[in-house]
Amino acid sequence: MTTLLIVSAYFAMLCCVGGMGFASVRLWRGPTAQDRVLALDAVYINGMMVVLIAGVLFGTILYFDIALLIALFGFVGSAALAKFLLRGEVIEP
Amino acid sequence: MIEQDIPFWIAIPASVLMLMAGFLGLTGSLGLLRLKSFYARIHAPTLGNTLGVMCLLVASMLVNSYLASRPIVHEVLILLLLFTTSPVTAMLLMRAAVFRERTGKKD
Repeated sequence: MTTLLIVSAYFAMLCCVGGMGFASVRLWRGPTAQDRVLALDAVYINGMMVVLIAGVLFGTILYFDIALLIALFGFVGSAALAKFLLRGEVIEP
Repeated sequence: MIEQDIPFWIAIPASVLMLMAGFLGLTGSLGLLRLKSFYARIHAPTLGNTLGVMCLLVASMLVNSYLASRPIVHEVLILLLLFTTSPVTAMLLMRAAVFRERTGKKD
């Protein structure tokens, strides 16, 4: 039964890496700037999922902190970039 | 790798949830790649953002709780963070897209 868990974890990790690849293609090609910001957000979420699957695979809870930080900084980056696109500056006086 | 033997009533739900998470993440990113306009594309990654991450976190909670032989629920933190911040990002991006389309900035 452990083998089933490990195989499905590897499959899910492969899917998430494929998703990162697709989002990277959109990040490369994206016609407008907001497409690129959206693709960067998707890359962050998929990378967080890869780290969480690694945490399941190695059976530790240490990877949880890394995943939480990735989610937090991904949100901060995406919100700052969207604010910059909207207003032209991030922190307004 | 996991050395301990995981019983089937943990392994089968965790495996199904992880397969679903991977599939949903892949589907969301494929939609991000393939849809035509930005307003269609902004819908696609929210699938992986919410449902995929939720499935993965429940699987992680199951496996880690069995391995530590006590309930571990702090993965709920990531869930709360994502469920509160993902709509904020989507709304800001949507407003930026509408504003830029109206003012005619192309790049």
